[in-house]
Amino acid sequence: MRIQKLIGTALLLLFIQAANAQTDSLLNMISDSQAVHKKTMYVAGTFKAIHFVNLQTIEQPAQGSMNFLIQHRFGQLNSGAYNFFGLDNATLRLGLDYGITDRLAIGVGRSSYLKTFDGYLKYKLLRQTDGTEQMPLSVSVLGTLSNYTQHIVAEPYLDADYRTAYTGQLLLARKFCRKFSLEITPTYLRYNLVPTVNDKNNIFVIGSGARMKITNRTALNVEYNYLLPNQVVSYEVHNSFSIGYDIETGGHVFQLVVTNSQSMTESQYLAQTSGKWDNGDLYFGFNISRNFNITKKAKATWN
Amino acid sequence: MKKIFLIGLALSLYISGYSQLYMTRTGYIGFLSTATLENIKADNNQVYAIIDAGKKEMAFTLLMKSFLFEKELQQEHFNENYAESDKYPKANFTGSYTGDVDLSKDGVYPVTVKGNLTIHGVTKPIGTPATLEVKGGHLLGQCVFTINLEDYNISIPAVVKDKIAKQVTITVKIDCTPK
Repeated sequence: MRIQKLIGTALLLLFIQAANAQTDSLLNMISDSQAVHKKTMYVAGTFKAIHFVNLQTIEQPAQGSMNFLIQHRFGQLNSGAYNFFGLDNATLRLGLDYGITDRLAIGVGRSSYLKTFDGYLKYKLLRQTDGTEQMPLSVSVLGTLSNYTQHIVAEPYLDADYRTAYTGQLLLARKFCRKFSLEITPTYLRYNLVPTVNDKNNIFVIGSGARMKITNRTALNVEYNYLLPNQVVSYEVHNSFSIGYDIETGGHVFQLVVTNSQSMTESQYLAQTSGKWDNGDLYFGFNISRNFNITKKAKATWN
Repeated sequence: MKKIFLIGLALSLYISGYSQLYMTRTGYIGFLSTATLENIKADNNQVYAIIDAGKKEMAFTLLMKSFLFEKELQQEHFNENYAESDKYPKANFTGSYTGDVDLSKDGVYPVTVKGNLTIHGVTKPIGTPATLEVKGGHLLGQCVFTINLEDYNISIPAVVKDKIAKQVTITVKIDCTPK
């Protein structure tokens, strides 16, 4: 009698077990099917904002969304207590970025440094794929144009053409893991006018930037732009090096930065940075960006 | 006597346990967060679902990254900050239902679904009323239920508490065909 009871219980347990295994195998069945029918997905959120500090990242506004950016730099940190360590002075760039499509973005900006106007076009050529290694990199091309309008009494011959500079950049980025992303940006810079015949009109720079996430909403950015030697000779120039800390809250990204470049325009910070980190020629500042959705993008819905 | 009873029980279990599988790869699961300042809605039309109408069991699976939002930035924040889709790429449900569904007769049958829901790496038991509909050989399922984000270790920071609700409403609509 006892043995029968035992066998009975064992049998019942076996059936319950079998029933559980069945539910699991149902999940396995659809999981397998899902793996077989895997669709290509693209990596998102390689960087938090459109700029590391000054250098542009591969991020750009999605179709129909507008980004308003305030870039603000105080004066030089080593300018003494009389200038309240730089806080008495400020340089500002206001920018608007707009996504024409998910791949094509346009932007305009105005900087108080030499009263400079700038504009850019940015196009996403390739997108890094997620999970599979079909495409290991995200690649964008970026063209910028800048024109400074500050009156310089001693140089009345400076016309609009002379004041204009262009850059062409290839943005190569990879998100290595959820925390770490890296970008290398080979850059061509063209000055229509340079101070002496020994200075080059066509300049090459290798820009780079990295992002390390600290928490889900904060990240550390480092940016270094290496100006190849013997191109700028008539004035003192240093490589632009910046560190930033991103804090993201909903549609805002707030970036606290320290940099040795006063300007925030490509043609100025890449080959005209006079500050040196060793000397404490540093500019403390911040970037604030706010995202607005101008048009509502129609996406797949259930009917 | 007991033996006969047991064999009978085993047999009946075996007979009632025959499989009758219905499946889809294009099921729908959407969620809606209704907060003071903002409503956030997301749709996923790539839900894999399977129903065993013989054993009255079912399973669902989906990729978190397949949720589409109205705003690109919401989608990025959902994956990066809340669902942490790189760490927890999938949400799963396995469970069973009670209620009679006559597969040979078209009609809408109310059922009760119970099982385990896994989101953000956390598994919690849930139960909800639902309907199963037999229609031209298809088996259609539908239900609406709510979950607490806190139960799944998804925390909403104070700065966005007016924009993201603590409870979200989940809508499920599937149209399964015999497998």
